[in-house]
Amino acid sequence: MSTVVDFQKVVAVAGGFPVLAGLDIEITKGEIVHLRGSNGVGKTSFLRACAGLLQIQNGDATVLGFDLRDDRIAPRRYIGLLGHENHLYKDLWVREHLEFRAAAVGADQHDVEAALQRIGVSERLWAVPIERLSAGQRRRVAIASVLVGRPQLWLLDEPHAALDREGREVLDEILIDAASSGATVVLASHERDLSKSVTSRVVTLRGGRLWEDSGAA
Amino acid sequence: MLHEVLLIARKDLRVEWRSKVTLGQVAPMGLLVLVVFAFAFDANTRLLELGAGGLFWVAVLFGGTLLIQRAFEVETDDGNFDAFRMSTIRAPSLFLGKSLGIFIQVVLLELVLGPGIVLLYNVRIDDWLLLLAAALGGTLAFSVCGVLWGVMAAGTRVRATLLPLLLVPILAPVLLAGSRAFETAFGVRAEAGWTWASLMFVIAAVHAAVGMGTFGFLLEES
Amino acid sequence: MSPARGNKYMTASPATRVLGVVAVAAALLMALLGLIVSPADVVQGQAVRMLYLHVPSIWIAYGAFVLTAVSSALFLIRSRRREDSGRHHDRLAGAAAEVGVVFAGITLVTGMLWGRVTWGTYWQWDARLTTTVLLFVTYLGYLALRRLPADPMIRGRRSAVMALISIINVPIVHFSVDWWRTLHQKASLSVGRRPEITGEMYWTLLYSTLAVTIVASWLIVHRYRVIRLEELRDEEALNALIASRLREDE
Repeated sequence: MSTVVDFQKVVAVAGGFPVLAGLDIEITKGEIVHLRGSNGVGKTSFLRACAGLLQIQNGDATVLGFDLRDDRIAPRRYIGLLGHENHLYKDLWVREHLEFRAAAVGADQHDVEAALQRIGVSERLWAVPIERLSAGQRRRVAIASVLVGRPQLWLLDEPHAALDREGREVLDEILIDAASSGATVVLASHERDLSKSVTSRVVTLRGGRLWEDSGAA
Repeated sequence: MLHEVLLIARKDLRVEWRSKVTLGQVAPMGLLVLVVFAFAFDANTRLLELGAGGLFWVAVLFGGTLLIQRAFEVETDDGNFDAFRMSTIRAPSLFLGKSLGIFIQVVLLELVLGPGIVLLYNVRIDDWLLLLAAALGGTLAFSVCGVLWGVMAAGTRVRATLLPLLLVPILAPVLLAGSRAFETAFGVRAEAGWTWASLMFVIAAVHAAVGMGTFGFLLEES
Repeated sequence: MSPARGNKYMTASPATRVLGVVAVAAALLMALLGLIVSPADVVQGQAVRMLYLHVPSIWIAYGAFVLTAVSSALFLIRSRRREDSGRHHDRLAGAAAEVGVVFAGITLVTGMLWGRVTWGTYWQWDARLTTTVLLFVTYLGYLALRRLPADPMIRGRRSAVMALISIINVPIVHFSVDWWRTLHQKASLSVGRRPEITGEMYWTLLYSTLAVTIVASWLIVHRYRVIRLEELRDEEALNALIASRLREDE
């Protein structure tokens, strides 16, 4: 069982504010961790810190074996990050956008179609500009963008937002599949009934630190 | 690496193709600027003919700055900047790819402005080779400088007003050289137009080298 | 403020106090030499005295910007080795650039006044004034970039890159503008500005350069200190925030 994320007393600063103030957490491969906590508590910051987008001020942080204080760019190729926003090029067609994202991570076009079908974006939408899609459909395209890269570590910020019930179920299946094939998933979410179906572990943050942990490895 | 550069450039051009900002908005604005110059100069045809070289480049500067702002808006919209940074494409390729995308869009703009000055300012072209070389050099310089400085001003709230402030002093020599080279090509003055043209290539080369080396850590903003 | 505290915050030291006194004395002497002792020019008359402030100012401005570039380079090198080191280079870069902008501004103002008196117009698009204007605006942009809110190291690196490109741009701007104006030399433009500098005028100019350098150095040192104090204040505020967050819910 290898450790995918190992944070010890991590302090991270963004905009002059200590968004993470001594966070201790260890996540092992294959886990699906549900990150909870009220607004402003550090969930998004934790995800971004794992993605190497946030500078670590104090403490030790290792992600996928990389020490974030030495090199926070190297782990990015193995990480799939989905933020609050969708990271979509809204002028492009669905297919064009996915093809770009796929090519950018070295995946091929076959993977693009597979990802779109998996997440449930119907084929008639593939040649439609993204800006014409509904919020839920855009979220699905955003998820497909992550899926197509087959990341080892999934960092998802409110992934279920805007999805209908069917979309949520599909997403849950995708995450379970990913975890069982060796990936690790961390998702920040306000959803209440999430824990029961999908996740193996619930972590609650408070004040930039760990508050509760249902099942430390 | 070439493959990655082309990938980025193709994506940018496809975004442009779908949104039609260059041809639909910036090029017409550029033409309008040329017309407005005539108002400023009281339609003095002799002055306009003498100044055509410079006026062309000023119009390119206005339009080009808008294109660069747009190119970075596309990347910062919808949280795209994070995705940009998470991408496995190496920073030098990102830099060259974006520069190539801008280069082609500015060329498209110039294809509209060029005939514009010929028609509106009654310009005649004596030295086509010099003209094209100068246009190439100037556009290359503009593209790499614009992308390099664009990323420095991007991702911040005030980038719309900061970018011109940073960009124009750097582009001043390009503007100078481009105008003089064009004027020589129009037969309006007899100067060493080729030296001016070469200067623009030098500026482009210097900025391209710096851009490739520093784009990586300029992308990190947090 | 007790002496010990004064040392911690580095707001004064014997060496810089001496420098300050020397700077004031040097400036007074410069005024004396420039305004009274040195002779008027044969052609320009009293107007030539502007030379003693105008010329040293631009030299100091260039010197300051070179200092900014060198500090920026050192900062980039240092910050590669260890994440948080080299901040003093960044501070020096910022302090030097501000002083450089001030002296570039002085160059412009004195140049325009001098032009008004000798040419009759404030501006003649000569090479010196034109390059100075570009330099001035370039580094105003640099100062604007430094004020963008960001993590200090990130902001430092971004500013450092700009400083290095800007200094590379200086010879490019010089070459193009100089050549441009040379090609346009007409009799009425080239006359009048560069007087024959010999004898007392020469020594006065040399001395003025020294005096301005001393004043500029004093300014840079103290601007550096102010920057350091600002950073200390921000750091302490941040540490207080972190400490209070750590104490939460305990």
